[in-house]
Formats: sequence, structure tokens, C-alpha cells
Amino acid sequence: MSQSSKKTAITILSSSFILIANPALALAKAAESNPQTTLAWWVWPLLLFAVSFLIGVLAVLAGIGGGTLFVPIVGGFFPFHMDFVRGAGLLVALSGSISAGPSLLKERLADLRLTLPAAFITSTSSIVGAMVGFALPVNILQTALGITIFCIVAFMALAKNSEYPLVKKVSPLGKALKMNGIYLESSTGEEVMWEVHRVRRSLATFVVVGFAAGMFGIGAGWANVAVLNLMMGVPLKVAVATSNFLTSMSATSAAWICINNGAILPIMLVPSIIGVMLGSRVGAKILVKTKPAALRYFVIAMLFLTGLRMLLKGLAIWK
Amino acid sequence: MERKKIEATEEQLAYAKTLDIGMKVGLSTLLITFFIYVTGIFEPHIPLSELPKYWALPVDRYLAETKLGAGWSWLAQIGKGDSLNFLGIAFLAGLTIIAYLTLIPILIKKKDKVYLFLAVIEVMVLLLAASGVLSG
Repeated sequence: MSQSSKKTAITILSSSFILIANPALALAKAAESNPQTTLAWWVWPLLLFAVSFLIGVLAVLAGIGGGTLFVPIVGGFFPFHMDFVRGAGLLVALSGSISAGPSLLKERLADLRLTLPAAFITSTSSIVGAMVGFALPVNILQTALGITIFCIVAFMALAKNSEYPLVKKVSPLGKALKMNGIYLESSTGEEVMWEVHRVRRSLATFVVVGFAAGMFGIGAGWANVAVLNLMMGVPLKVAVATSNFLTSMSATSAAWICINNGAILPIMLVPSIIGVMLGSRVGAKILVKTKPAALRYFVIAMLFLTGLRMLLKGLAIWK
Repeated sequence: MERKKIEATEEQLAYAKTLDIGMKVGLSTLLITFFIYVTGIFEPHIPLSELPKYWALPVDRYLAETKLGAGWSWLAQIGKGDSLNFLGIAFLAGLTIIAYLTLIPILIKKKDKVYLFLAVIEVMVLLLAASGVLSG
């Protein structure tokens, strides 16, 4: 990574940590002493906007989707019920990915042919997940989300993503679906060609990913990169961009379930969406110039803390 | 040295263009309707100052106590500041469906039957979710 890219990444990390952690801590204190009476209503949308902007930048760079960070942070430290947080999380994930989508598609970093088969699977299973989420008691949902976040953290910490995975035997299904491509690696100026393997197994995994994405409202970005990169053998940069784009499709179906169930509060949703959309556009511009690996440990640490908060909330240890 | 340019496929560019325009329209609609909402130009169904009483409730109790309907009932209350926001929200949630619809003529022209089938069934799944049939 170049010196200027390193500098940019460090600046983003440090300022994000300060800006997200401070309001989060203040909110945690306020939540202990009844937030409805201690803070005026307009404070919350303003805080949501600031936090969501940073989530938008980080989510695109880390390739995990805005919802993965949004739901545990807002569900853990803001006073809104999980039903509304899940609804907002899905629309935030959707908005972040459609905001970054056009530039990623034009640059050929995100690939439509790779996305469409997975999109059908994740969008169908996320509908079922969203419906199950509404049927579960909130404490069970929070506990399950906390455990899921820990699994994501463990997976992110242990899994070794490969920049250019070696695909020894191209999948016949992948070949039939023409799941291959070429993109220009801006850091080296070289054309990188890619193909896929283990397509059947990967598509089956997307069923589970979609279900969890819909149930918790966290989108599917947290797992898409791993499936695309580690299982299918897609180069990391294409996997991150395609994951971001794929989230827009899987989040759409579950978001409609939330909208139709009435689980949408415009006062929390609109500042969150606008914040994440603006943040994602900034993130997408940075993604073309930098390598996402720089953000890995920061996002892992942040997810661990928010997962812990969610688990303790679900178990009624830290209300 | 001249830098090579790798062109995206026609369907990929069409999808990107729809998302790009749609995102701008959706974001503008969200901003305008939210401004109308918070400034009180259109009176909301639930006064802003009373929202903290309801936002910590589960959705079924929130709907019962505020006497708000679920599904597409917001359309009937479009004159209310809070319901007006759903114009932008529904547009953004429907943008993927619109983008998929732009793919269909290109895939027909290319005689790409497999991806045409995938695009058509995806539109059907998303329309089913949007219809409200699957929601309680």
C-alpha cells in the first residue's frame, strides 16, 4: 500500500473511532437513566446522522455492508425498539449499497453475472428470515444477534482472504453461467482475469446468509465477501465490490417485509439512510485507491464490542 | 503510456445508470419530504415531541397505540408529514425492481435465456415481498 493510502486509512480509522465511540458512550449513559426524558427528540436524529455517515464509509471499505455495523450499534446504544432498528438496518444496508453500486459496476469491480444467481437465493431466504424475526421475542433476537456477531468476528479474525485465489478446476456450473471476468487493478495497472469454482456449495451457503440477513436486519455483506472470495475463488477486490452490490438485492426483499409490517420510523430512518448513503459514496471513492485489508482489525474490534453489548442486552445483564 | 480501459457489459452499465439516477431521485425525495416533516409544513400523524413515547415499543404495540396502519396504508395518509416520508422510502426500496426491469429487454436482445429467467423470477420475488401479501 502506498504512503498516502496508509495515511488516508489511519486518518479514517482514528477519526471514526473517536466520532463513533464518543456518542455511543454518551448514549449508553443516557440509556441507563431513561433516554426519553433526558434528551430532546431532535438529538437522536442528529446523532444517528453522524454515526451513520461513518458507518457508511467503513462498511464499503470493509465490504461488510452498512447494516452489519448499524444494527448492533444502534440497537445497543440508541433507545429504539429492535423492530425499528431491524427495519432501518435493512434500508440502511440497501441504501449504502445502491449508493456505491453505480461506480463499482462501471469500474467492473462488481460483476452482475456473478451477482444475479446469488441475489435470487439471498433475497428469497431473507424474506423468510425477516418474517421469523418478527415472530421471535426481542431478548431471544438480541441474544442470537450477539452470538451471530461473535461468529462473524471469529470468522473475520481467522479467515485468510486471498487477494487472487487460485482456481484450479473451474466449476462447470460457473462456466455455464459465464461467471468470469476481467478488471483493471489500479494499484498495478494490470488486467486481472478471474473464474470461479465450488459454485453449487457457495449458492447453498447463500441460503443461510440470506436468512440471517433478513432475520437480524444486518444485510448480507458480512458473509458475502467470504463466500465469494474463500469459497468461489473470486479476487478480493471483486468480492468486496460484488458483495456490496449483492446486498442491495438481498436487503430489498426483507426491507419490504419490514415496511409492510409497519416497522419503519421516518425520524430514525431518514437521517440514518442519508448518513450512510453519503458515507458510502465517500467509501466507494476511497475503495478504488486503497486496499480493504487495512480496515480489517478495526472493524473486527468494533464488531466484537457491539456484539458483546447486544448479547448482554439480550441476557438482561446490561439493559 | 496509454492506460487501457475495460468496458463493462451493456446490461451492467444499464443497471448502474438506473441505480445512479434512482439513488439521486430517492435521496432528493427523502431530503425534501423529511424537511417538510420536521418543519411541520404538513402536520404529522404523531407529533415529533411525542415520538419518544412510542419508539421503544414493539411494532405491534406502536401501531395499536398510534392507530397507524401497516402495509400500504401510508398512501391513504399521504397528506400527513410522517406518512409523506414513505414516498422516498418506498421508491428506494423499489429501485432494485426498476433496475432489474431495465435488464430484461437487454437480456431478451442478447438471447441470454438463463439470466433472463433469473431476472424475471427475481422481479416476481421482489414484487411479492413489496405487495404486502407476506406481511401480517
